[in-house]
Amino acid sequence: MTWNKIRPYLMISPAILVFSLFFIYPICYMIYLSMHDWNFVSPEKNFVGTANFTNLVSEKEFIEVMQNTFVYTALTVSLTIIIALILAVWLNKSGTIYGFVQGAIFSPHIISLVSISMLWMWLMDTDYGLLNWFLNLFGLPSVPWLTDPSTSLLSLAIVAIWKGIGFNTLIFIAGLQSIPRDIYEAAALDGTNRIRTFIKLTLPMLSPTLFFLTIIGIINSFQVFETISIMTQGGPINSTNTFVYYIYEYGFRFFKIGYASAAGVILLVIISIFTIMYFRLLARRVHYQ
Amino acid sequence: MAEIILKNISKKFKEEEVVKNLNVTIRDGSFTVLVGPSGCGKSTTLRMIAGLEQQSSGDIWIGDECVNDLPPGKRNIAMVFQNYALYPTMTVRGNIEFGLKNKKVPKKEREILIREISEIVGLTDYLDKKPNKLSGGQRQRVALARAMVKKPKVFILDEPLSNLDAKLRSQMRSELIQLHKKLGTTFVYVTHDQVEAMSMGDEIAILNKGTIQQMGSPMNVYHEPNNIFTAEFIGTPAMNIFEYNKVKDHLSNLSRKVKFVGFRPEHALLALTEKEKDAGYLKLASEIITMETLGAETIYTVKNEAGVMHIKSFIPPFENAKELLVSIPYEKLYFFDQEGKRYRSVSTRQMDTALAGGA
Ligand SMILES: Nc1ncnc2c1ncn2[C@@H]1O[C@H](COP(=O)(O)OP(=O)(O)OP(=O)(O)O)[C@@H](O)[C@H]1O
Ligand SMILES: [Mg+2]
Repeated sequence: MTWNKIRPYLMISPAILVFSLFFIYPICYMIYLSMHDWNFVSPEKNFVGTANFTNLVSEKEFIEVMQNTFVYTALTVSLTIIIALILAVWLNKSGTIYGFVQGAIFSPHIISLVSISMLWMWLMDTDYGLLNWFLNLFGLPSVPWLTDPSTSLLSLAIVAIWKGIGFNTLIFIAGLQSIPRDIYEAAALDGTNRIRTFIKLTLPMLSPTLFFLTIIGIINSFQVFETISIMTQGGPINSTNTFVYYIYEYGFRFFKIGYASAAGVILLVIISIFTIMYFRLLARRVHYQ
Repeated sequence: MAEIILKNISKKFKEEEVVKNLNVTIRDGSFTVLVGPSGCGKSTTLRMIAGLEQQSSGDIWIGDECVNDLPPGKRNIAMVFQNYALYPTMTVRGNIEFGLKNKKVPKKEREILIREISEIVGLTDYLDKKPNKLSGGQRQRVALARAMVKKPKVFILDEPLSNLDAKLRSQMRSELIQLHKKLGTTFVYVTHDQVEAMSMGDEIAILNKGTIQQMGSPMNVYHEPNNIFTAEFIGTPAMNIFEYNKVKDHLSNLSRKVKFVGFRPEHALLALTEKEKDAGYLKLASEIITMETLGAETIYTVKNEAGVMHIKSFIPPFENAKELLVSIPYEKLYFFDQEGKRYRSVSTRQMDTALAGGA
């Protein structure tokens, strides 16, 4: 009797243990640290209450970081999804060429971000980069991709879009293929033109996919780090400094652990909101047969 | 309303010819049923009429217009699909209304039409529900309503009842017949169920391997099959067909061309012993294998020199009997040649003399 009651708990205990050790504990510790002043080495951690948080939100640099992160996320996610959707509709056919293009655009997804960052740094070099060489070839002026605050964030977004498109397109194609063909035939018999078919049938049928990719995209973009760390180090003039890079700088370069932890807590809250939203709406199913 | 004419229609998928040189005229206002075994090209034919599939060669006429190059939406056809093909993201109203909106029918008119149609098919209470909240029969009605609301010249239905249970199927069957009477529009209906074909169609086209075997009224194809395929396909139990050679002793003297003989299970008479002076019958002493009593009728499976055959009898069953005498009137026999084509020039007189000579 009691054994039967205990057994299930016993069986999931290893999983719970691992989960607690590597997930719950670090989170709790981060929240604990966010209320202290600590420089990583000193044996003392001074309790400061919510001071770290109030300092953060009143600081101009942090506000800028928030803004950068939001702008970067909005740009990356929306453009990736729009471009991927167009590509998916175009590539959703059988044939060797389409298969090849699908493979080709997917390949950036499996390359390490460090290599990608190096590659794009070279492509986007203001004086010797391939992109500007092309622009000049057509008689257009050079663009200071990574070296000007007005274009740097967009340039990073371009890299992320380039990397993300293959994956997004593939998921969209899978979504498109799950739409039964006969509803398109019914629509054809109803005399529906292509644009209306896309808006009234394809898009609503794709809404679960669309939603999935949006949330995953937002969560990923919020945590962008490698490209920034390698390509711009947050500059020029803080124009590409985003959440995770900011946390990294404060934590591991300025050793203001409490401060970095406070920013980490804010990031955690934001990402949790999106995650909860995702599971909530997933449970309700955006729609489906 | 319109007549449909298929002229020399062929359809190839890659190298495989699935519809071969079809020539069919579907009468204006008829309820024509295309029936045939699975994979014989029924759906393909239907889809070519609808314009969802382009024929490899030949012309399709609807009314007095050649529709070869018209897209599906311009052919004035409504189709009901086997698995309904409702728009899952739209409500019942949205589904019915979609085609009208495409044609820019004004809102007021649309509402009148929807109310009218949903009353006919009994969906008024479900207009604001999504298809996934409906039962199979209700979805079927939505599909019908969506087709009807367009007031098409032709309705085509591809096995629309195959996903329903037996009871609902027979109910929908009679509803469709009534609907056809009410609308008077041409219906082209596909099924692989010959019972459905017989009970619904006023014209049946039997298709096999991409060619029309026979076309005619249900009674006509039942009583006057042109070939073995039609004879065996229509009717349950199927027509008994056996080689002429095996009964040559009883039926000699027939043309050399006759290779097969057949009769319908219900045309045989059964008796325990032979009565004298019964001329004019093919008599086969048979052994009973099984006997199914269905109440009004009894179906015997018997074995004799011609092979295994089914006999439908309406007289009280012969309990305990092991052997029976099966007698088939000469005028109820069907003859077929080597290719399975009906061989008609056999008269009963010829057979009578055959009997006299043989005995
Ligand atoms: N798009 C296609 N590509 C290749 N072959 C096809 C295609 N559609 C149908 N066929 C082939 O054509 C033949 C006829 O198919 P069709 O769907 O017309 O049969 P059907 O008579 O409707 O059968 P069922 O009763 O099973 O629905 C089949 O052998 C099928 O394999
Ligand atoms: Mg079919």
